[in-house]
Amino acid sequence: MEVKEFTITAFSENSIGLLNRITIIFTRRHLNIESLAVSESAIHGIYKFTIVIRTTQELIENVVKQIEKVVDVLRAYYLSKEEIIYQEIALYKVPTESLTESSEIEGLVRKYNARILEVTPEYTVIEKTGHKEDTQQLFDDMRKFGVLQFTRSGRIAITKAKKERLSEYLVKLDTKKPKVRI
Amino acid sequence: MKTKKVSGSEAVILSLLAEGVDTIFGYPGGAIMPIYDLLYDYQDKIKHILTRHEQGAAHAAQGYARVTGGVGVCMVTSGPGATNLTTGLADAMLDSTPIICISGQVVSGLLGTDAFQETDVMGFSMPITKWNIQITKVEDIPEMMARAFFIATTGRPGPVMIDITKDAQFAELDFAYKKCVDVRSYVPRPPLRMEYVEQAAELINNAKKPMALVGQGVILSGAEKELLAFIEKAQIPAAWTLLGNSAMPSEHPLNVGMLGMHGNYGPNIKTNECDLLIGLGMRFDDRVTGDVKTYGKMAKVVHFEIDPAEVNKNVRVDIAVIADIKETFGAITPLLKEQKRDEWLNQFKIAYQYEYEKVIEKDIHPVKKGLTMGEVIRMITEKTNGEAILVTDVGQHQMIANRYFKFKNSRSVVTSGGLGTMGFGLPAAFGAQRGRPDKTVVAVIGDGGFQMTLQELGTIWQNKAPIKIVLLNNNFLGMVRQWQQMFFDKRYSSTELTNPDFITIARGFGIDGKKVSEREDLDGTIEDMLNHEGPFLLEVTVEKEGNVFPMVPAGASVSDIRLE
Repeated sequence: MEVKEFTITAFSENSIGLLNRITIIFTRRHLNIESLAVSESAIHGIYKFTIVIRTTQELIENVVKQIEKVVDVLRAYYLSKEEIIYQEIALYKVPTESLTESSEIEGLVRKYNARILEVTPEYTVIEKTGHKEDTQQLFDDMRKFGVLQFTRSGRIAITKAKKERLSEYLVKLDTKKPKVRI
Repeated sequence: MKTKKVSGSEAVILSLLAEGVDTIFGYPGGAIMPIYDLLYDYQDKIKHILTRHEQGAAHAAQGYARVTGGVGVCMVTSGPGATNLTTGLADAMLDSTPIICISGQVVSGLLGTDAFQETDVMGFSMPITKWNIQITKVEDIPEMMARAFFIATTGRPGPVMIDITKDAQFAELDFAYKKCVDVRSYVPRPPLRMEYVEQAAELINNAKKPMALVGQGVILSGAEKELLAFIEKAQIPAAWTLLGNSAMPSEHPLNVGMLGMHGNYGPNIKTNECDLLIGLGMRFDDRVTGDVKTYGKMAKVVHFEIDPAEVNKNVRVDIAVIADIKETFGAITPLLKEQKRDEWLNQFKIAYQYEYEKVIEKDIHPVKKGLTMGEVIRMITEKTNGEAILVTDVGQHQMIANRYFKFKNSRSVVTSGGLGTMGFGLPAAFGAQRGRPDKTVVAVIGDGGFQMTLQELGTIWQNKAPIKIVLLNNNFLGMVRQWQQMFFDKRYSSTELTNPDFITIARGFGIDGKKVSEREDLDGTIEDMLNHEGPFLLEVTVEKEGNVFPMVPAGASVSDIRLE
């Protein structure tokens, strides 16, 4: 089966060890995580995981069900590239003298739609958001000026669907408490 | 709510009492001593049973849970106490057994400092528990205990680990207990979707040659009666997985036997001849399916299952009804047409006859010299009239016992299925006997597995648990030896055992026993064992190189089942 890139989004309670519980699911199946971002979602107290993974359709279905099975996970979905808008952020630290010596870096900043965050006599910090290929390209182009530090975030993504799927689910949860046998 | 000022330790015990717990299997140590100290005050309400090893406590809790349908509870100290539970947790996880394990932990200020007997309980138990929690604040104890019981017992059950730091055990709180009925992020019982029930009913009504695959889900859901109504109305032949054994009576006319690697010939061969496979609370384990690429190729597949993650995991299905199976049966049976399938059912009888002549007769009524495991099992099951609880260890004897033991009642088998844990049998039998003291508990164990946990003879003796231990001794790790014979050119690498005198060992633990090596002594000794008042060890010397057949070789198609 064809290996494709998938973006998993999972919504969870903020409990200790939950990240571990989720990554175990990948470890057990010998899957490598390409990128991971976790932060509080639009709903207070609920955290959103965005995980990028390369695998087959068959396996991603199973993996997402396993994630959703984790007690503290509310919902998990997987999405193909076509179903999401996504971004990553990258920060580059370059020597300020390389900016003053030529206008090439300025040209790159304009070309890549990057921006300058901070300038000191020693260094300048540049920020660029975009897809990995874009942030990587800028890094490669700036390399000759001596990039002192470079860092890139995990992917965050938003679906092309109108509303966050979880909000509908939470509304349903509130109106219809699950029947429970004790 | 009315509250009462108590220590964290007392809160743990009051929580257990509120959940109806009256038995704990465990082993004390430094970090759990405050709770053990309180147990001393509660001896009239909670019986703590000291096992000889924490692994024994975990398996005993499993055996207890499996026969009672309740929760098994065990309690251990930090560090090695907790890590010794690992095998039991993993076993309970794979076999969906509700157990609650409480471990003491070093004081919270010492967490992460490599303190004496500190280990990362959360970390190691995470992949082998349904849920786990570390409690460092005393006020969290009642709520987390309630949540643990709720999660362990609802939906697809499983093990829960609770790690409590020693300072939380000492500290005080205002105690009040409220049972947990809901966890926002957890849906134990997915709502039944009637449209899928209708589609499944249509497939069943139109099928000419359906076959049902009965798993432990039926037992866990308490849906044994509903299962019979379902298969009887549509006259569906029903086979069972190892964990599904005893969900329906052995002698029921629609019971066509065991599935899988050492299952019966009929249900395996018919898997690839039927036109509809109906998975009932089972998970299409590889020991059931063999090679999935060639599994059920002529058939559509319907799956009734409570755990959504099991659907389409191993076998792609056409219709899945994801719900508690008792509810599913209730909804679907009225939609089924009454059918007659005499010709289809007769094919299973013919297959059984064929298997009987080729395999079973030689197993259970042998004429040649050398005792077989099969004849021992046959005699015990005849003498206990299908009323005994069978507990097994893992290996050849396990397959033979599950093939030939007969049952009338559900929850009559305790065996380690998914994990295949050698050493499971003896402690699990102890737990089962504590859970059902009204029943005869027969523990069938091989000479290999027996030596993994035989220290629990001490627990059995101390508690005078009248377990009938049947040690089938071939002085080999029989199942591995069989594989070596069949697939590794008889190169018997590290499978032969020089065994001790087991009867003397049992005597050392105060347990009577007898060794049988001749056929003429077997009947009478089994009789003696069953009539004996306390625990008894019956050691039977069985043929050294006996094999278990039928067999679907690992990775082969179920159609390639071998009878010799």
